[in-house]
Amino acid sequence: MNPVRHVEGRSAALRLENLDTDQIMPKQFLRGIDKRGLRDGLLHDLRFDAEGRERPDFVLNQPAYAGASVLIGGSNFGCGSSREHAVWGLQQAGIRAVVAPGFGEIFYSNAIGNGLLLVALPEADVRRLMDEADAAPDNVVSIDVAALTLRSAGGVHARFEMLPRHQRMLLDGLDAIGLSMTYRDRIESFARAHWAAQPWLKDVARA
Amino acid sequence: MTASPPHAERPDTAPRTLYRKLVDSHTVATLDAQNVLLFCDLHLMNEYTSPQAFTGLHEQGRGVAMPGQNVAVVSHIIPTHPVAPQLRVIADPPSALQAANLKANCDRHRIRLFDTTDALQGIEHVVAPEHGMIRPGMVVICGDSHTTTYGALGALGFGIGTTEVEHVLATQTLIYRVAKDMRIHVDGTLPPGTTAKDLVLAIIGRIGAQGARGYVVEFRGTAIDALSVEARFTLCNMAVEAGARGALIAPDDTAIAYVLARCPDLAGVWREPALAHWRTLRSDEGAVFDIEHRFDAADVAPQVTWGTSPDQVAPIDARVPDPAAMDDGPVRASAERALRYARLDAGAALEGTPIQHVFIGSCTNGRIEDLRAAAAVLRGRRVAPGVRAMVVPGSGAVRAMAEGEGLDRVFLDAGLEWRQPGCSMCLAMNDDVLADGVRCASTTNRNFEGRQGRGAITHLMSPAMAAAAAVTGRLTDVRRLAPPPDQEHPR
Repeated sequence: MNPVRHVEGRSAALRLENLDTDQIMPKQFLRGIDKRGLRDGLLHDLRFDAEGRERPDFVLNQPAYAGASVLIGGSNFGCGSSREHAVWGLQQAGIRAVVAPGFGEIFYSNAIGNGLLLVALPEADVRRLMDEADAAPDNVVSIDVAALTLRSAGGVHARFEMLPRHQRMLLDGLDAIGLSMTYRDRIESFARAHWAAQPWLKDVARA
Repeated sequence: MTASPPHAERPDTAPRTLYRKLVDSHTVATLDAQNVLLFCDLHLMNEYTSPQAFTGLHEQGRGVAMPGQNVAVVSHIIPTHPVAPQLRVIADPPSALQAANLKANCDRHRIRLFDTTDALQGIEHVVAPEHGMIRPGMVVICGDSHTTTYGALGALGFGIGTTEVEHVLATQTLIYRVAKDMRIHVDGTLPPGTTAKDLVLAIIGRIGAQGARGYVVEFRGTAIDALSVEARFTLCNMAVEAGARGALIAPDDTAIAYVLARCPDLAGVWREPALAHWRTLRSDEGAVFDIEHRFDAADVAPQVTWGTSPDQVAPIDARVPDPAAMDDGPVRASAERALRYARLDAGAALEGTPIQHVFIGSCTNGRIEDLRAAAAVLRGRRVAPGVRAMVVPGSGAVRAMAEGEGLDRVFLDAGLEWRQPGCSMCLAMNDDVLADGVRCASTTNRNFEGRQGRGAITHLMSPAMAAAAAVTGRLTDVRRLAPPPDQEHPR
């Protein structure tokens, strides 16, 4: 994973509460065995009408917002299904950060694991960022992962929280699996003791 | 994001919640104040969230650490046409490729697979407990959000994404952020005509779609004690719709009897040590929960969702809420949008709303007790003209049991389709897709926009309520359903 230290880009507001991952990446785009082509599925039913025509009123279809890389979303963004395709699709469409009052938990983990920056801010800040984005397509939002700060051209200046581990994963572009594999001996000795105490859990998938 | 209380800083003697006991007993290493390396006893996989994980594993030249702790089920993409299991061919090329790819990955890594033509195939969360793979005190994960289901047996289950699937395959562990503790007390007795589905919808309606975000929820109380294991599956399954990172019910005699009946290996010398261990799986007296909620089961009425989020729910005898009466803000905007999508008018009675489709099935309500509840309503009745109604059992085993009890005849005689198992129309990843504007009475777990098909409208409810809707062609209060025309109809 490439390090994510700083994200700066134009913003677009998606004023939707509980924007679930079914809407971010509908079922018909989950049929591959790789990660390709998900840009086409991103927010599909919001972007296109039933006949497949672009909805001109949808923000990301408007030329002024086409290059936005920071989405400003509603609360519980990314709730629902665990499908990581939602994160891959956002990234393939050039989205590098999402700012919202809160995120679905699995979506949050998926995003961090892929280097998609998620920033949780109080509702009032998010609403102001939405208003700024709607008022000015060139409202640039700048997020510093090391300092945990967000600034907008319109004047929002906020600090946000992130678990130190997640911050480090983004800053260092960590391969979490490789890191956990260094615990292999401890995992194996844990498993031996675990199965000595509860032998009925060993090879439980073959029960 | 709020950090959890530091896991490592609690004194060893402090009373612990059941959740903390499960985390502690699976902690390989404490990584920092919030995160542990968590050992996972069972990893379930499906065909659509695992392929990229295997690819990543292969690209890095890594293997599967502990194949015997992993199992896979083709569940989401499989067609449910009523043909014999050996004839269940997937015609759609991308879906067929996903199934073939899963088989190749399982063969390569010696992972047990319930393949498309396996007579015991079904929905992963229905199949795993049937085969005794879920036992109290386990940690179970899956690339599927409804893995919270297993809390019903005192196992910590939760959903993960594909990157984490790869992590589990390579290490049999996860980097796990310890959640906060929530307890939901439910005392009293569920009234006739209501079920665990109505209870969980009522809970989600009150605490909201993000009311349990950041928490693992422990359910307890006399109403929980009275629930069957299958009803507990329904309850824990939908805890994720309140945002919960897990749901737990301390294993009691009911849960233990269910497990022992499915685990022949526990009949011998392991039985007593297993029982002794399982008796410790409860929150200690004095254990502190970060937040507690109380519900009285007697207050629960049959529930029906009216919007596009599971917390947009009301009793069947209520009216569609009026967004104008809500405070101006995101909740109101969301309700307005939901009513536009669901083509409902504020203030209209929910009961009597015409439906065109009925779906009975899913990991929430596709088990034998669910089918019995639906059949009890449908026996001697007919599906209303113009309504298409389908029953999709949760697994091949459920299907066989239902046929052994004659439930298939009840459904077929009433005019419903009796289909092969799978996730089917819960998320419409196979060919069971609703058309634009079709309104569906559904026993599933999500009424999201487009979930069952673009523009399709989903009303979540219990199996008995869905059966009642099938009979009248309208959203119907099952408690007030008129008796069948022919009471003497042969069973």
